Amino acid sequence: MTEMSMVEAIRDALDVMMTRDSRVIVYGEDVGYFGGVFRCTQGLQQKHGRTRCFDAPISESGIVGTAIGMAAYGLRPCVEIQFADYMYPAYDQITQEASRIRYRSNGDFTCPLVIRMPTGGGIFGGETHSQSPEALFTHVSGLKTVLPSTPYDAKGMLIAALEDPDPVIFLEPKRLYHGPFDGHHEREVVSWKGHPLGEVPQGHYTVPLGKAAVRREGEALTVLCYGTMVHVALAAAEEQQVDAEIIDLRSLLPLDLETIEASVRKTGRCVIAHEATLTSGFGAELAARVQDTCFWHLEAPIRRVAGWDVPYPHAQEWFYFPGPKRIGRAMRETVEV
Amino acid sequence: MQDATRPRLTIPEPAFRPGDTPDYSDVKIPKAGDVTLPPLDVEPRLLRNHAFSIIRILRRDGEAVGPWAKLLTDEDLVAGLKQMMTLRKLDARMIAAQRQGKTSFYVPQLGEEAVTIAFQRALSDGDMNFPTYRNAGLLVAQDYPLETMMNQIFSNEKDPLAGRQMPVLYSAKDYGFFTVSGNLGTQFVQAVGWAMAAAIDGSDAVAAGWIGDGSTAESDFHSAMVFASTYKPPVILNIVNNQWAISTFQGIAKGDSGTFAARALGFGMAALRVDGNDFLAVHAVAKWAVRRAREGLGPTVIEHVTYRAGGHSTSDNPEAYRPKAESDAWPLGDPIERLKLHLIGRGLWSEERHAQAEAEIHDTVVAAQKAAEKNGTLHSGPSPRRRGIFDGLYAEIPLHLDRQRKAAEKWL
Repeated sequence: MTEMSMVEAIRDALDVMMTRDSRVIVYGEDVGYFGGVFRCTQGLQQKHGRTRCFDAPISESGIVGTAIGMAAYGLRPCVEIQFADYMYPAYDQITQEASRIRYRSNGDFTCPLVIRMPTGGGIFGGETHSQSPEALFTHVSGLKTVLPSTPYDAKGMLIAALEDPDPVIFLEPKRLYHGPFDGHHEREVVSWKGHPLGEVPQGHYTVPLGKAAVRREGEALTVLCYGTMVHVALAAAEEQQVDAEIIDLRSLLPLDLETIEASVRKTGRCVIAHEATLTSGFGAELAARVQDTCFWHLEAPIRRVAGWDVPYPHAQEWFYFPGPKRIGRAMRETVEV
Repeated sequence: MQDATRPRLTIPEPAFRPGDTPDYSDVKIPKAGDVTLPPLDVEPRLLRNHAFSIIRILRRDGEAVGPWAKLLTDEDLVAGLKQMMTLRKLDARMIAAQRQGKTSFYVPQLGEEAVTIAFQRALSDGDMNFPTYRNAGLLVAQDYPLETMMNQIFSNEKDPLAGRQMPVLYSAKDYGFFTVSGNLGTQFVQAVGWAMAAAIDGSDAVAAGWIGDGSTAESDFHSAMVFASTYKPPVILNIVNNQWAISTFQGIAKGDSGTFAARALGFGMAALRVDGNDFLAVHAVAKWAVRRAREGLGPTVIEHVTYRAGGHSTSDNPEAYRPKAESDAWPLGDPIERLKLHLIGRGLWSEERHAQAEAEIHDTVVAAQKAAEKNGTLHSGPSPRRRGIFDGLYAEIPLHLDRQRKAAEKWL
């Protein structure tokens, strides 16, 4: 075991896979020589050579479009979109091409491709450095959409994604790159160093896609969350003294329906938390699933705590971001029904 | 009244509309044999003339002239002619089949047969095309089974794509034919990526991207050009300029840039413009570009100048936006007639052999159609398994989809 930040864990996953599998190719804007604006690919070009890890033109559709062609050839490209907020020019290639190549060709061609994107807010990123567009991917049949919340998961899930035969959208909560964040912006930033979830094994291991993790066992209610919200929910449960079962979904599609259903049937109550805007967000899907399969076990309405239905603001960051107070209040109200 | 000193919006218009008599006599068509044959390692900036002229081999009288001539064997030429005739027959039969309700849709390539069939003869096993929906000639040129094409068109029990795709959006990996998608331009940049992969892998395979004149306006066209220009992978980027994008004439996509081939000049890429109805010229140009790519000398952009003689699709009525006689007035003629004339002039073909070949091709296509119809058509006979719609989206079916499948199976 080594202590690693999430950035180091991601870099290590890429290094492990580039070493094991010559088909793994890493590219994107500023990814090569410079090592990425978040340092996630630092040293990879120097170690593995310029044709394995290289800089790309500022063209998201070009990056994803060429990667689809590479995957069709038989390579395993892992491309980076610098911020999830900038994936929209590639949306056509992702949703109409990568996701459907296996299906529309009846298996004649496949698309083993990983698209990494830093996501989420809490960093004063404003409108175009804070978005959480996961619902725009989970709505697309044929994609897998995953999102780690710890360095351990980041490495294991990225390796699993790189070994997956289908296209994977790998969202990285950039607020968690260097340390866990529970929404208490008034406190000092903490590092993954010394944190139990910052312990990462060396070498190859995987965290299977499609499996949620129970971060805190509890009886009073189930909290469904992912990314930064996992840490916020853990803090909120502590502060509100609610015996919450906190489920880190990790993989949004495929979704670990069994873990979710078992938990809600046990607790009878459910709160859903995400940074993304509320309306038609992934929380709506989760709420619909839970009411459909756990209706007779529910003791209270399912509550969603989410970003407000506005573009991510700059100065009003902490009024927008669903922090521990908002999630804690929803937990308390749900328990007290 | 518009003030001449103020900005005004320019809306380009085609020269002729329904009711007009099309007259292209003032269109300057370079003479066959006039355009030089550059060395394979030519510096792209020296190809300015090639980007604005048209490489042509076949003269009006059918004789092959100039430095680009004499690449194909007699057998290749005769086979190419027969394949063009086969594609034209396939088109005619499938349009009729659509009218009879045997399929929902068809896209003909009338008048553009030479572009794909001559090009494909320059590729080798292991190369990969990234085609549009109007490039079926790439399959016909390899004698891909007509019955299989029709099975796809009819979405029947033996449809290789299990009924999932609209007609003509074929996929045939073993024939170097990438799965066609309905959204335009996407495959152009994928071709560049495939070629980048071949270069990374150290293989000598090349990729060919395909796009129409209208779709060059898509942003993926630009992305493809940038990536090809930057990484110089072994790719040939084909622009098939058939003058029309559904009802929109090519001037709307091209503006005042002169030619589509000229777009390559700004990217520092080799540019060739070719008479797309001249089988010999298309092949010669393709061969040059493929060799250039395979020898690691970089990508080539080819504009194939042709004319979409048929409707855009079976859902289109071209008489609503262009003169009925326009394709006859088109100065580059018909690719089949022109190759036929050349072969007759060389004593390799005759009117009798042509009539005989037409009859044989008719029988072959009809036989394939009969066989395909036994496997079902869109609304009758055997059809793909309905429950098959849940298969093959992912390598392994995820739980949520498995639940949907089980729920849906109750309706079967």
